[in-house]
Amino acid sequence: MQVAAPFAAIVFTLIVCSLLVAWAGVPVGGAFLLLLEGGFGSGFALSETLTRATPLILTGLAVAVAFRAKLYNIGAEGQLYVGALAAVAVSGAGLPLPPALLFPLMAAAAMAAGALLLLGPALLKTRFHVDEVVTTLLLNFIALLFVSMMLDGPMKDPAALGWPQSVAIPAELELPKLAARSRVHSGLLIALSLAMLVWVVDRFTAFGFEMRAVGANARAAAFAGMPVRSVVVKTALLSGALAGLAGCIEVAGRAGYVTLDMSPGYGYSGIVVAMLAQLNPIAVVAAAIFIAGILVGADSMSRAIAVPTYIADVIVAASLIAMLVATMLARYRVHWH
Amino acid sequence: MEPSVLTLSRITKRFGALVANDAVSLDLARGEVLALLGENGAGKSTLVSILFGHYVADEGSITAFGAPLPGGDPAAALAARIGMVHQHFTLADNLTVLDNILIGTEPLWQPFSRRRAAHARVRETAGRFGLAVNTHARVGELSVGERQRVEILKALYRGARILILDEPTAVLTPQESRSLFATLRQLVTEGLSIIFISHKLDEVLAVSDRIAVLRNGRLVATRAARGTTKDELAELMVGRAVVMPTRERRAAGATVVAVSAVHARDARNHALLDGVDLTVAAGEIVAIAGVAGNGQQALAELLSGMLAPERGTVTLAGRALPAEPRAWIAARVARIPEDRQAVGVVGDLAVWENAISERLRTPAFTRAGFVRRAAGRVHAQEVVRRFDVRGSGIDVPARSLSGGNMQKLILGRALSVGEGATPALIVADQPTWGLDIGAVAYVHQCLLDAAGAGAAVLLISEDLDEIFALADRIGVMHHGRLSPLRPAEAWTLAAIGLAMAGTDGAAHAA
Repeated sequence: MQVAAPFAAIVFTLIVCSLLVAWAGVPVGGAFLLLLEGGFGSGFALSETLTRATPLILTGLAVAVAFRAKLYNIGAEGQLYVGALAAVAVSGAGLPLPPALLFPLMAAAAMAAGALLLLGPALLKTRFHVDEVVTTLLLNFIALLFVSMMLDGPMKDPAALGWPQSVAIPAELELPKLAARSRVHSGLLIALSLAMLVWVVDRFTAFGFEMRAVGANARAAAFAGMPVRSVVVKTALLSGALAGLAGCIEVAGRAGYVTLDMSPGYGYSGIVVAMLAQLNPIAVVAAAIFIAGILVGADSMSRAIAVPTYIADVIVAASLIAMLVATMLARYRVHWH
Repeated sequence: MEPSVLTLSRITKRFGALVANDAVSLDLARGEVLALLGENGAGKSTLVSILFGHYVADEGSITAFGAPLPGGDPAAALAARIGMVHQHFTLADNLTVLDNILIGTEPLWQPFSRRRAAHARVRETAGRFGLAVNTHARVGELSVGERQRVEILKALYRGARILILDEPTAVLTPQESRSLFATLRQLVTEGLSIIFISHKLDEVLAVSDRIAVLRNGRLVATRAARGTTKDELAELMVGRAVVMPTRERRAAGATVVAVSAVHARDARNHALLDGVDLTVAAGEIVAIAGVAGNGQQALAELLSGMLAPERGTVTLAGRALPAEPRAWIAARVARIPEDRQAVGVVGDLAVWENAISERLRTPAFTRAGFVRRAAGRVHAQEVVRRFDVRGSGIDVPARSLSGGNMQKLILGRALSVGEGATPALIVADQPTWGLDIGAVAYVHQCLLDAAGAGAAVLLISEDLDEIFALADRIGVMHHGRLSPLRPAEAWTLAAIGLAMAGTDGAAHAA
């Protein structure tokens, strides 16, 4: 049941979305075929999908880690942006260091920025029982406005013809491409190894044990002597760091600089990725590639036929809802009277 | 023989693979008290839930007053004049007794409540059945016994002629129980019929005319109360003869835990403990009696590292400990919490993970930040073997264990305080609540053995039989105060009952 749930959710989503596609006056089968081809059908399509999947793996991990400990971090989007901004700030500080040292420093700054952004909500939750869904969600807007302020002010690139964008990072800090004439970059390998690492932490370490225990039953975990507050705060730091790193990887691997539209909602899509993966760090990789494929495929499909790219958003959103229903149905059974 | 008012024929109810009721047939006569006796999980509650329309039976039928009763509809049960008093009352605390009785009896479109006529009817019903209660009092101000009377009155006001009481004495003092039994006798002389659910043998024998014994979903026997004995009922209920362990006199050793003038409050500033003094010595079992909600849980939390005293001192072997569970665990305090599912185990974690959760961060189970899974699993196997935890192995979620096996797992975890060590103190809060007799005997034996091996045992219980079977000294809690501890022989049941109700038990102690 647990394994079948995500697949059932995806099938259900495609059925719902085919109604919308048919409404747009396009043959349903053809449209989905185009979408599939556009996402996975060629070497180029695959490379684009993997490029998009890279930040999604990281935000998906960020959400999965937090949700497992019942810390509902909806703020991965904001954490990604402050991470990206911190990365650019470090790269442009003119530190006299070789790239081999500067890159880890840049990544660490991004992770620290993301972690710090989630620290506030985590402390408010553990100390004063403030709902972290509200605080993390609203912090997204604050973070984005802060980034906007920096891009229009101190960090603005004077050569950008008035566009609000940051100075580009030095070329030697960019992540190498994995294949010629594609945008896939070695950030994918970093994301994959982090998925492994999170899985190892979750399954084999005492901290992972505590995270699972606190998430499943905080009262029982406290009774068994686990430091519940500190576990929640540490989980928040880990989650925020992963989302912040997603921002750094996007800048160093793809964009080169920070703009206000550098993330098409990777932080929010990370929630869908994590839910589809049922919060399992390894499954996050597969779910991220699936979601990325839909986003890329829908772009390509809409170029070919008259279906707007918004269909991708609908598919992603519908699959989240379907997944929530599917996980519930996997646990309960509906009785009709 | 009086005519039958209610007939259950071959009721079967399955939950997945579990057969909760297996072709149960019962007859209830007019003016009869029928006790439904059985262990937890025997199917008593399922059966009455079907009767009252909360569940639909898979097979079988019910006839009430000669007419078939449609399943799955509490309104139909009410219309068939079946009333139910749940173990957890369904009363609104902020409304008066009268309002609570009238709720749901008046049509919504009727512009004004016809309270005067209704009030007269309530008074008349109360008078006829001898249920004295102040109809203008708010339910929140009533004692538990009074609230139960309101529940009964509510059912009678709605015209119930068959009354079902689900474990009605679980929340009562002995005196309140006796008053309830008197009420029930009065009801049956008025021609009502009563189904009385319980797992306590004494009260079943005291109050009922006939006793139906359920085991594993089946009706195993029906006996007239007059022709049976406690031992026979216990054997029918469990399926085999049960020998309950009893204590032997032991010499108490040095004081292990000392609580002195402790006050504590909850987050809303309500007093939980009000000047509690207590000592427990090595090898001694001290039992705390009391009606639920009088501060016993706070006392257990205080001695589990879950609650910090506001004033007063708590020392273990002469040393003050911080209010952190880890410190208490490290000091070899075995803690058995009241709510085994919500606090005792993390249901989603595996059995083996729960077996080591209290000592996860010790070198025995964690090295360099990594869980020593092999060592943990070996330890869990040992706990499962020594404490006879029956389930589908150590890798299944703890939530899949039955209540008794979950409690054995918690006991096993708590009592395994480390290689070759024995617990210094055992804090057992309602350790046998909801367990079947076999598991109760097992838990009792564990506590007695631990005391025999030198542990100080604090037992908190609402079951006076349990307290008298195990305790060396007994205290009673009421409104956060603890009576002086006296040797078990110095207490009578009546004195404990009075102390539970807040009357000074000391004056009545023998």
